[in-house]
Amino acid sequence: MSIRETVNNPHSRWMDGTGPESDIVISSRVRVARNLAHLPFPHLLSREKAEEVIHAVQTAIENRVFREKVGKMELTRMNELTPVERQILVEKHLISPDLLEDFERKAVVLRDDEVLSVMVNEEDHLRLQCLLPGLQLNRAWELVSRLDDGLEATLDYAFDEKLGYLTACPTNVGTGLRASVMLHLPGLVMVNQIKGVLGTITKLGLTVRGLYGEGTEAKGNLFQVSNQVTLGQAEEDIIANLISVTRQLLGQERAAREALYRERREQLEDRVGRAYGLLKHARVMTSEEAMSLFSDLRLGIDMGIIKNIPAPLIIELMVLTRPAFLVKVTGKDLSPVERDIYRAQLIRKKLSAAQQS
Amino acid sequence: MECERCHQRPATVHLTEIINNEKRTMRLCEQCARELQAQAMGFFPQINLHNFLAGLLHNEFGFPTTGPTVAPAGARCEACGLTEAQFARQGLLGCGECYRYFGPRLEPVFRRIHGNTCHTGKVPERTGGKVRVINRIERLKAQLREAISREEFERAAELRDAIRELEKQLQEG
Ligand SMILES: [Zn+2]
Ligand SMILES: [Zn+2]
Repeated sequence: MSIRETVNNPHSRWMDGTGPESDIVISSRVRVARNLAHLPFPHLLSREKAEEVIHAVQTAIENRVFREKVGKMELTRMNELTPVERQILVEKHLISPDLLEDFERKAVVLRDDEVLSVMVNEEDHLRLQCLLPGLQLNRAWELVSRLDDGLEATLDYAFDEKLGYLTACPTNVGTGLRASVMLHLPGLVMVNQIKGVLGTITKLGLTVRGLYGEGTEAKGNLFQVSNQVTLGQAEEDIIANLISVTRQLLGQERAAREALYRERREQLEDRVGRAYGLLKHARVMTSEEAMSLFSDLRLGIDMGIIKNIPAPLIIELMVLTRPAFLVKVTGKDLSPVERDIYRAQLIRKKLSAAQQS
Repeated sequence: MECERCHQRPATVHLTEIINNEKRTMRLCEQCARELQAQAMGFFPQINLHNFLAGLLHNEFGFPTTGPTVAPAGARCEACGLTEAQFARQGLLGCGECYRYFGPRLEPVFRRIHGNTCHTGKVPERTGGKVRVINRIERLKAQLREAISREEFERAAELRDAIRELEKQLQEG
């Protein structure tokens, strides 16, 4: 798949819904930061030196050893893409929003299946990423590590015997590793236990992120849990810790869902049904409203209240109804109001198509 | 209260993050919140990591983290030219050599962020050379102790040979 196909296709492997525990774990991501020795970090890099980094990476991925180890990857300079295409890579989580700033000196490397990507000249010279559906952190680390070895076959990394991999920000030094899981936790939110649970997690050296509205509910009930420490722990230990915490969260979320089904079944079914009704019939829908309705509908699907809508469709809709994809789908610039109208239209279309099939 | 991101519109939405049991809240206007939210699903904005770090640096280095900085009293990296003051302001180092120039002053920062100052993880395959061998020896030694405690002497002998072989490699450089 070329980068054109990547930006034209709203689907990514991580949205498959096929991974283990995918009723709650949306995706697993492992990212490592690497820098080239003898060059300033990107924020101090001249235009020519930035080009040098891109060139070195291009050479590294064309290397025979790399191809055998990792497969074919394609480098694209960010300035070869249109603004919408760049934004789509963000919405598909293949690159970070930071790669859009000062993009003239930045590049992205993608493997055909979109499972592996490398950001070039973001905060660090290289940020290697693997994104997989469900709980697959070990597999993700394995793939990132192989990609890392493949690149290191020809690139000299900035590495220190005592401190490990050197990074622009001291919060990443050592392993340079950030492992994270994206969790859908509507059950814990509904039974009002989310705060306590997440508070406990952060005592274990992990970070939780959620986007809150004016109230206390996270939009879409999505939470990202990731490691905070990168120095002094081996990669395997960091990942094992995150997996074990995630498993505990899964247990608690499932218990919450069961309790809801047992004790507040009518309310639960009502909430799911209302979400489904609104998504099927609304004519104007903000992305914020959509996210929270998607969460309710997804819960209904996972709990068997809603049949005949495949769960992965909800994740796909979450990506598809974001601004850049809407622009892509409609082929024109949209005002916020127009976006809300097209969003509602698209959701209606997708849901009725899924029902009929 | 004004939005902490654009400093233009009034803040109506709160973005909350919990790091190491410390809760941080960012007050945002509707539009900034929406922009951040659009990016949020896979890459939650790392809004506070640098702020958090800048706070630490402020304490460790004694530099103000905002506003005009005092003349650089501290060291300067000879490789990239970054001064301590610049570092304390941005929270970013300039190059790999910076770690050597600012080393002793960074240690408390590492301790605060990571609770640790020594890498024990992966080592580059090709350029990691010596460290890689040393780590391998350490791992084998641990296995050797375990084998002995379980009275698996055949296995222990194998491990001891492997360790000797690696130590020889190390000496020959
Ligand atoms: Zn704002
Ligand atoms: Zn430097």
